[in-house]
Amino acid sequence: MPLRRWIEQSLPLRCAAGARRIEATPDSWLACAQDVAAIGGRLLALWADGAGPVTVYAALIAEPTVLLLALEISEAAGTYPGLAELFPAAARMQRAAADLSGIRARDFDQRPWLRHAAWPDDYLPLHGQAQPATQLAGRTDQYRFVRVEGDGVHEIPVGPVHAGIIEPGHFRFSVVGEKVLKLEERLGYVHKGIEQRFAQLPAVEGHRLAARVSGDSAVAGSWAYCQAYEGLAQATIPARAAWLRALALESERIANHLGDLGALGNDAGFAFGLAQFSRLKEQWLRATAVALGQRYLFDFVVPGGVSVDRGDGLAQLAACADDIAAESSALRVIYDEHAGVRDRFVDAGTVTPALAAQLGLCGLAGRASGQAFDLRCDLAASPYDELTVRKVSRREGDVMARVAVRFDELQESLRLIGEIVRRIPGGEFRVVIPSPTQAGLGLGVVEGWRGPVFVALHITADGCIQRCHPHDPSWQNWPVLEHAIIGNIVPDFPLINKSFNLSYSGHDL
Amino acid sequence: MLKTLNRICRVGIVTEAAPPADETLRLRDALQGKLRDILGRALCIRHVDAGSCNGCELEIHALNNPIYNIEGIGIRFVASPRHADMLLVTGPVSRHMEEALRRTYDATPDPKLVVAIGDCGCSGGIFGENYASAGRVANVIPVDVAVAGCPPVPERILAAILTAISSPANK
Repeated sequence: MPLRRWIEQSLPLRCAAGARRIEATPDSWLACAQDVAAIGGRLLALWADGAGPVTVYAALIAEPTVLLLALEISEAAGTYPGLAELFPAAARMQRAAADLSGIRARDFDQRPWLRHAAWPDDYLPLHGQAQPATQLAGRTDQYRFVRVEGDGVHEIPVGPVHAGIIEPGHFRFSVVGEKVLKLEERLGYVHKGIEQRFAQLPAVEGHRLAARVSGDSAVAGSWAYCQAYEGLAQATIPARAAWLRALALESERIANHLGDLGALGNDAGFAFGLAQFSRLKEQWLRATAVALGQRYLFDFVVPGGVSVDRGDGLAQLAACADDIAAESSALRVIYDEHAGVRDRFVDAGTVTPALAAQLGLCGLAGRASGQAFDLRCDLAASPYDELTVRKVSRREGDVMARVAVRFDELQESLRLIGEIVRRIPGGEFRVVIPSPTQAGLGLGVVEGWRGPVFVALHITADGCIQRCHPHDPSWQNWPVLEHAIIGNIVPDFPLINKSFNLSYSGHDL
Repeated sequence: MLKTLNRICRVGIVTEAAPPADETLRLRDALQGKLRDILGRALCIRHVDAGSCNGCELEIHALNNPIYNIEGIGIRFVASPRHADMLLVTGPVSRHMEEALRRTYDATPDPKLVVAIGDCGCSGGIFGENYASAGRVANVIPVDVAVAGCPPVPERILAAILTAISSPANK
């Protein structure tokens, strides 16, 4: 097998299933990435660590293996080989690493990405020696957008403040009439210094921040963090705790899918859909609060297990899941048969399977464009190794396909709720984890509702966080939206954007 | 079409009663009486995400669902600050959003109110103040009412909005 020589020179990592680490040289960094790309593997995350020996990391996935490449950058070298030609998603990750740590890739696009004008050119938030500052003077911002020249080409700037109840970001459209020739995104408006903040927290509390990287993926973020932490502590959690975590993760998936299906109906002018799905979502959130303690499970997954176990509320959750499954089935028929909705959904925002593979489109959006990857099936960690999750996939890659994938995944998650409640083992829901006794780097990766949520956690021997990199799958998918919109009309942008529903906060850090 | 109408009939109206205003949330008393006289109970709100993790947004969305039905008590969300009586601001204010938030505030005509939502809006939350975050909303624009929570449940957000527009108890 093509990756054999890399696996042979790698060491197993504690924590995330199938994770292995390779100490890379600039040549092996590129060669390994090439081999992974050649067999259809993808880039999970890329980040830099300026503390200690300056190192850049790339996590690559080729199921069932996660390869962590660690490339130490000497003072003499100063830069590292860029991976954007192999993995286009690496381009922005490399730009962000340069903004925050000052470590540059030798690649084409050297524009700042997360750095706007709010901090001085020589301030590096994640540089080993930097102290967090509180008041820095800014200056005017001059971002070099790519211009489109030609007769009748107009530029429409949108944002950062958007017209609805939604996160901020900037979209620069180049249009002829209503048709979009090009879209360029500029993000980073909600950059809050999360990675610097992690380094101020004790490792045993980092899960609280990991949950709040993207609020709609709180369970996925905190679970990925706890996987990394528990791996470093070489601790195993009780079986019941793992099953409760899965219950929470599926609950989060259901809430997001219900919300999106309603919003997508609304974006196509079908307010009935929004009214019905938002009603079902409210029912679901209330049932979640009764069974698991919160509507949004920001503090449910903790190191050692979960924070609360209301055994008696679980049966009600399963009953609510059955109700919602029946209702959403009926709503699906209405959506499918509604001519106006179909007219908007079909052939809008299409990403072909070939383009999706080339750009590394992942998660739910990827599955709607033939990229049939789902960590619950491909890299099944407890309890998913005892549950058979049906993987959902389409090939049309349009809004209709992303809606269909949501409907199918919704039904599957509702079914899983019932199965988990029936089969969940008894026992403890949480154990006290002994503090890790040595420094180390651990990984966690969880299939959140949007896609693979990844956390890399580097701790010191005394339980502090040296560096934590939380990675939302929006990094891979935001650039693909720029392609999906081409040839569509501007009024379809909200619909197409919502069909991806990417995180701004999860991306901006 | 028939199935759609059928479902509308079967589900019916599911709106709950609104919660009462909560005086414990009041921060400033400016403009209260005047606003009530001018506006009565109807209100237009512009939401601004100044740096939120998007959790508070999810609970604000819930206000528009048929159960909370904020439009049913005469309060709606608008697309432009120029149409708004009130700004609902979420998140700690990221420094990249400071300018946008100030311009949105300035574009909102007087009389106006500002409600800061969530732990982050009240105090900067877990993110705090640093090179990238200016912290709580009141550090950047004047705030009338602030409601804590991570995220605050829709009832609390609704109570905060109603508190902001109702006359204070001691007037």
